[in-house]
This record gives sequence, structure tokens and C-alpha cells, in this order.
Amino acid sequence: MSQTIIRDRIPREELLASGHLACPGCAAPIAMRLVLKALGPQTVVVLPACCWSIIAGPWPQSSLRVPLFHTAFETGGAAASGIKAGLEARGDTKTTVIAWAGDGGTFDIGLQALSGAAERNEDIIYFCYDNEAYMNTGIQRSSATPWGAWTTTTPAEEPESQPKKDIVSIMAAHRIPYIATASVAYPVDLVEKVMKARFIRGTRFFHILAPCPPGWKTGNDETIDLARQAVLTRVFPLMEVEDGARWRFTAEHPGDPVEPYIRRQARFKHLTDDQVAHIQREVDARWQVLETRVEHGT
Amino acid sequence: MKKVMIGNHAVAWGVLRSRVEVISAYPITPQTQVVEALSDMVADGTLDARYIKVESEHSAMAACIGGAIAGVRTFTATSAQGLALMHELLHWAGGGRLPIVMANINRAMAPGWTIWADQNDSLSQRDTGWIQLYCETNQEVFDTTVQSFRLAEMVDLPVMLLLDAFYLSHTSEPVDVTEADVVDGFLPRREAEFRIDLEDPRAFGALVRPDSYMEMRWQQQEAMQRAHGVLREVEDEWERLTGRRYGALEEYRTKDADLLLVTSGTITSTARHVVDTRRDAGEAVGLIKVKMFRPFPTEDLRAALAGVERVAVLDRNFSPGHGGIFAEEIRSALYDVSAEDRPTLYGYVLGLGGRDVTPEVVEDVIDRTRRASEPERQDLWVGVEL
Repeated sequence: MSQTIIRDRIPREELLASGHLACPGCAAPIAMRLVLKALGPQTVVVLPACCWSIIAGPWPQSSLRVPLFHTAFETGGAAASGIKAGLEARGDTKTTVIAWAGDGGTFDIGLQALSGAAERNEDIIYFCYDNEAYMNTGIQRSSATPWGAWTTTTPAEEPESQPKKDIVSIMAAHRIPYIATASVAYPVDLVEKVMKARFIRGTRFFHILAPCPPGWKTGNDETIDLARQAVLTRVFPLMEVEDGARWRFTAEHPGDPVEPYIRRQARFKHLTDDQVAHIQREVDARWQVLETRVEHGT
Repeated sequence: MKKVMIGNHAVAWGVLRSRVEVISAYPITPQTQVVEALSDMVADGTLDARYIKVESEHSAMAACIGGAIAGVRTFTATSAQGLALMHELLHWAGGGRLPIVMANINRAMAPGWTIWADQNDSLSQRDTGWIQLYCETNQEVFDTTVQSFRLAEMVDLPVMLLLDAFYLSHTSEPVDVTEADVVDGFLPRREAEFRIDLEDPRAFGALVRPDSYMEMRWQQQEAMQRAHGVLREVEDEWERLTGRRYGALEEYRTKDADLLLVTSGTITSTARHVVDTRRDAGEAVGLIKVKMFRPFPTEDLRAALAGVERVAVLDRNFSPGHGGIFAEEIRSALYDVSAEDRPTLYGYVLGLGGRDVTPEVVEDVIDRTRRASEPERQDLWVGVEL
């Protein structure tokens, strides 16, 4: 897609200020910048503990030009529900309330509050930017950490032994009106999904892959390329799920081999060729499941 | 309007009169009639509030925190295990200076499973930055519910009002429900100074460095200290409107007493009865009811207890490894009383897990206190058979 088209389709307004505290090459502020462009200034951000608790800046500063409420790790879904109810109680039905959580705050400790909010179909958008481990505390494994990955709690001698939790299927089982996966390497796709979600009522859920140079042991300049490769290899397909039932791909997924994607990340450097082949088989199997869902719409 | 109602319904009527805008709660025995009554009030339109029916007490408090930072009046109710589950969020509400009001039905903590009254649930939350008000009657529960919102919003601190499981929560008493127009004058709509405002976007609760954190805690402490005077002002106005007041501390037949009982919650009513009996028989015994536990009414307690020979504190709670919690706090408050005026303190632990504290038990406490020139130990357990 040409630069002109990207410029035309992504709003110019900047609601993320420069001077935030993200590491070089971090995908998380890129994701926030794009999401806020799509949502506009009438947005409230609810931020459970995650890398963004730091990125947003210390008191009395804020890198966001919209109201921001820092909340406890496991409360994204519940605190956002309360803020939405409070705004509505005073007649404000227009403001978009979003929860913005990492994978730990979504897949693990915040899953209960998220499930509660989704089951109640709260009128919020829940964003999970997923860097596949507890990066803010120093790269400990979460249930979003992929099989075989090194982290500081899954050392190379005993790397992550479980497959990544399937958060999209979990959310689809709640039959919420809208779910999307998104990537910082596909900014137009991301922004258009958020713009679409903005005008849907009820709980909307976004899963955004967020490559993390220190945690994935990759170069600061590889983030966008890694995010794109995750899509092209079908490791992280770009999808929409409506009402938990209608599954749709939103990008081309040629199914490039996973090996180059795995081998360029030093968090996987201990893996044997057989183990990389195992990852390929898992990706292929998952893809078949997804294709069936897209074909059958379930 | 006088109605006969259980304590849990007195809470709900107080919430209705306070025109709460966001309720979020999770059911737990013996709190359930609070949330059931509020559900009915919201469903039939009597109360114009958003009611978020969450999946846990933890989320109930998180949702109240969300509502409060959005600038509206919020309420929840819980008990025992539910309150313990909220613990982290109680700090969030207290440290965040959010004027949330919560009714906690005092119930003992498991294990073993219990649903009956004691105060260990709320006293375990002592240091979370909540004002704590212990009630004796259903009338006091209704009045305190309404007053709590006014107090909370004047000092920007959350308020926990406490009522004993079953002795109040499920016991019917006549309650004079103050008319809506009177309460509306007493408690106008909340106007939050600090709230989420799209016109003036700010970050709340951000990372705070060591050079600023202590100043925030100092301001919290100052607000707690201010709450003493604000409660008096709130009660002055409520008394003017309704004729009723309670005080952070109540002195009952204390004149010239050489022995004072100190109680909180429903044990107070039993102790009043015993004090009346003993006074009628010519014995110089009186009663101090402690309503406000946080901020602790240290000055009032010193004034009330100094010069009295013996003080018997009745604690339906205890801190394992220490003693009855009110007793230990009062012992600490009395340290600064001069030696000649400092009473001998007898700290009784009794009524845990809903065990009855009957007039006979209170009589026994008085007699034990008179018999022993010194307490035989720091924590005097009543009625324990092993």
C-alpha cells in the first residue's frame, strides 16, 4: 500500500505525545498511537498494570492527550465498566471507554474481570497488546508465551512447555459483537477495524501482537518486519469475529515457513530443527481450524 | 415515614435516599437483602442508578472505583470473604481518595465456614484508608448510610459502614426513613473536584516517585484527621433535620463511674441493658460506645476514660498474636494519659463467630473486672472451653 493511501486513511490527529517512556522499537506505543487516531479525543483509557503503566509517564505527566485511569492489574474489564456506567449516569453516552492491557493483564490475572465484562456485554472496547510475556517485570512467562520460548522463568534448559492460550476463541465463546486481531505492520487494517468497532455497541475485543525487542531478543529496527512476518507465516492471522460466530480473515496469509520468523528471535535460539518443525505443525493445524471456521462461519 | 425493616433494608433505603448513581455488587450471605432490594429499586425505576452485576467482589470494588473517578456517587455492599477479596482495591479507593460508600455486614472469617457475626473482616482492613463506622441499631444504619456519602464527599475518603451479621442485618426494627426532600437538601448531587473530564484530560494513579509519594500519604492522613470535625458537622446538620445523632463516641451513664465498659456494634445494646440494671442497683458502672474506628477517636477516648479506675473493652474480634483490636488501640491511646489518671484496661475477647454475648456474659465481664486488681493477661478470653 502506498504512503499516500496510508496518509489518506489514517487520521492525522496525534493523541499520543512524544516523550513517552517505551523502549526503542517497542510496538506498544505504535499500537496506542494508531488506536487513538482511530478513536479520536472523546476517549477514556483505563490502564491496568502493564508496560504502558510506565510508558504513559510518571505523575504529574502523561503521554496521552485523553483522560487516563491507572487501575489494578486484574481490573481492566471491571474498572472500564464502572467508568462507562459513571459517564452514562450523567448523560454521556458518546465517550468511548477502552481498557488497554498487556497479555498478563488479559490472558492471566485479568481474565476473570474481562470475562465478566464480556458476559455482561459492557459497552467498552478491550485492547490487549500482546508481547507474549511479563515484559515490564523482566520477561517472565505468561499464558500468552508461545511454546518453546525462553523467558526468565522458562530458561533455555526448560523452555515454555505449553501452547499459547487461544484468547480469541475464549472471547468468541462469550458471543460479544466484535473481536479483531490486529498488527502494527498493517496500520490501515488496524485503524479501520478500530473505526468500525467504535460504532458497534457492546463489548469489543482487540488482540494486537506487539513484538518486544528486549523480550524477544530482536533488534530495535525489526519490530514492524517481525509483526508482518507473524501474519505472513500464519503465526498471528488477521481476523474479525462477529457475534462470536462469523469468522473472517482480513489479510492475505500466504503461509510462509515459520523457521525464519523463529530463528531471527534469540528467545528461540535453543530450539532444535525438530522443535521448529513442531512449531510449524502447530501453526498448520491451527490454520486448518481457522479456515474451517471461516468457511462455515462458526 | 416509619417502617419496620431489617438492617439490610435500612442500608438499601439509605442508598435510595442518597440517590446513588452507580451500584456494583456481588452476593454474599448475610448481605444479600441489600443487593436484592437495590435490584428491585433499580428495576422498577424507584432508584435511577446503573447497577453493574459483576462476577466477584473484587470487580465490584473496581467498578465502584471506575464510577467514582467518573465523578458519580457509588455504592457497594459485602461481607467477610468478599471484603477480604476486595483488599487490594480498598487501598486503590483509599489512596485514590475516592468517596465510595460500602456497607459491610460484619461476619467472621473462614475457615471453618461461618456466616455469623464478628468484626475480624472489617478490622483486617484497618490500614486501607477507609473511614469505618460501626452501627448499633437499624435506625443508626439508615442514618449512617446517608451521612456516609456526605462525609465521604467532604473529605474525599471512602467510608465503610458496619452492621453485625443477623443481629442487625436480619433483625427487624422500626426505622424512621427520612423523607426524600429532606435528604436531598442534606445531600446534594455529588460534584467531584477531581474526575475524568474530556475537556481537561488528566492521568489518575500514575507512577509516583519517592519524592512525591509521601506527600500524597500525608494528605490522606490530613483528610482522615479532618474527618473528625466533618463528622461532627454532618451530625449537627442531621440532628437539626431529624433530631438524631450518634457521635464518633457515645458516653452512656458514665458519670462518676469507676468501671466503664467499651463496646461497638450490637453488643452495645446488651451492655446498655446491663448497665441500666447495675445502675439501678447502685453500682457505678457506665458504657462507652465506639462508633468510629477510623479515624480513631483518640482524643475523645482519652477524655472519656482518663481518671476512671477500670476499663473493660469487649472485643468481638482479635488480632492473632496480640489481643482484642479495640482494646489494643485504646491501650495505645491511653499511653499518653498521666499515670495517676490512666485506667487499668481489661481486654475481653468474646462472641467470635457469632457466639451469643448475652446479658449474663456482660455481667460476668463486669464481675471479673471487679474481682481482679490486675488483668491476668493482655487478652482475656470469655467462655472458651477446651
